[in-house]
Amino acid sequence: MIAVSGLRFRYTGSEQPALDGIDLSIGAGELVGVVGANGAGKSTLCYALTGYIPHFYAGALEGDVLVAGHEVRRTPVSELAAEAGLVFHNPFNQISGARYTVLEEVAFGLENLGLVPDAMRQQAQAALLATGLEDLAGRSPFTLSGGEQQRLAVAAVIAMQPRVLVLDEPTSQLDPAGTRAIFEVLRSLARTRRTTIVITEHKLGWLASFVDRLVVLHAGRLAADGEPRRVLSEAASQPWGVGATDYTRAAQEARRGGLLPTAGDLLPVTLEQALETLR
Amino acid sequence: MSLDLRHVSFRYPGGVLALDGVDLTVAAGEALAIVGENGAGKTTLVKLFNGLLRPTEGSVWLAGSETRRQTVAQLARQVGFVFQNPDDQLFARSVRDEVAFGPRNLRLPEAEIRARLEQALAEVGLTAAVDRHPYDLSAPERKLVALAAALAMRTPLLVLDEPTIGQDAQGVERLGKLVDQLSAEGRTLVTITHDLDFCLAHFERVVVMAGGRILADGPATEVLQRVELLQQAQVEPPELVQLARGLGWDTMVRTPQAFAEAWTARRAGKDGAR
Repeated sequence: MIAVSGLRFRYTGSEQPALDGIDLSIGAGELVGVVGANGAGKSTLCYALTGYIPHFYAGALEGDVLVAGHEVRRTPVSELAAEAGLVFHNPFNQISGARYTVLEEVAFGLENLGLVPDAMRQQAQAALLATGLEDLAGRSPFTLSGGEQQRLAVAAVIAMQPRVLVLDEPTSQLDPAGTRAIFEVLRSLARTRRTTIVITEHKLGWLASFVDRLVVLHAGRLAADGEPRRVLSEAASQPWGVGATDYTRAAQEARRGGLLPTAGDLLPVTLEQALETLR
Repeated sequence: MSLDLRHVSFRYPGGVLALDGVDLTVAAGEALAIVGENGAGKTTLVKLFNGLLRPTEGSVWLAGSETRRQTVAQLARQVGFVFQNPDDQLFARSVRDEVAFGPRNLRLPEAEIRARLEQALAEVGLTAAVDRHPYDLSAPERKLVALAAALAMRTPLLVLDEPTIGQDAQGVERLGKLVDQLSAEGRTLVTITHDLDFCLAHFERVVVMAGGRILADGPATEVLQRVELLQQAQVEPPELVQLARGLGWDTMVRTPQAFAEAWTARRAGKDGAR
């Protein structure tokens, strides 16, 4: 569903490339997390997968990006948007300003897809329900809190039912209940609709429990790619700036005491794994 | 600087009762974290400290004086404030002007302004960005600019609304060190956060809010152990608390290092007993 090869991108005015030789292949229905320090290239990758690069951000692009069968470079963003949706880092950037209510805002993107009004209403309402915004359907988007705007941004994109969904830190302003709701929606879309999902996130514990696969970006390069526990266990002792959960750190410290066997074992990342290791 | 809220309620003009009879006393030099789900009233509460909002009922006291008769400008000298969204408070064309704005407004000598600017930028790790336009920086960097601007004011009370949002692992670690350092200097700190691991590691006292009321208030090591109460307030207990509980421990640890020491001691004890 996504095939990236030899992707390099340097923003105009910048000396260093933001992405420096990325090869990445993601199948239909995969839920993939992307982690890395700020500045590692996470947002740039999100833009490249949805056509914002090269169409809206100026710079030098090399390599191939194929998304849902479209060569991104040759596909207008308006066309790609129906296939590959992007939830921006800052939800406020995403609100159209052209619609008066939350429901209309969610339906806004659908209006361009040529759906009959009933189907449109149904898809918009389903998206509000999935993101827990059904009670706010009649409110103005601008009166929402940061967390509510963030859920609205997700609702507006999932309502379009794209085959590829790219989300750049979609839960940063959400509390744990809101974060769980978003991750559950994403998992369900991947499982039932086989939506291909790429999500950047700093909340490692949530990623470890929800994603199928984890990719680490470090200084514009792909530093690791694989099963979440294996990747995060390795990341704990690498200079990638990914960080670690306190479960991982606790076990890492316990190893130093010498009573926790180290040979070849992965460090725990989630509570369940930590209990198994440390019990 | 001490802070005292006496039976404070706040109702928004639209009719929503955001705070419902809150009593809260913070002693000078305390580091307090406020936790709770979105909409619990946390941000409304802290906006009362510097007069951005005025209580509908009750009173707010700073260092023993009621804030009712003080202007926002007067309060700004005592209370530094970093909003959740930095774009609500940045306006200058360079990081330098942004951070120097407050001290300049206090009519401090130029050398003092420069010293404060340099120190504040060093504390948030943005020394190299001094000549950049804030809007050319990333959102998490802009948040650090807002924090530097508040630090440069050297107010006795500092309020941080969700400082860790969008920060990467290194950024969170830096913020943790800064909180420890400010506490050691005797500044009063009030921080809103969803990150309970951060909270456990760096704050002595925790207030849990839900529905505009205070559900619990006490030492972090005690409050953050009350898993059922935290779940009722829709917040996730810290990972180390969940781990210790899962292992059946009744002791509380605040850092992975402390956990490892306790774990090793228990394990060695068990082996020795065999």
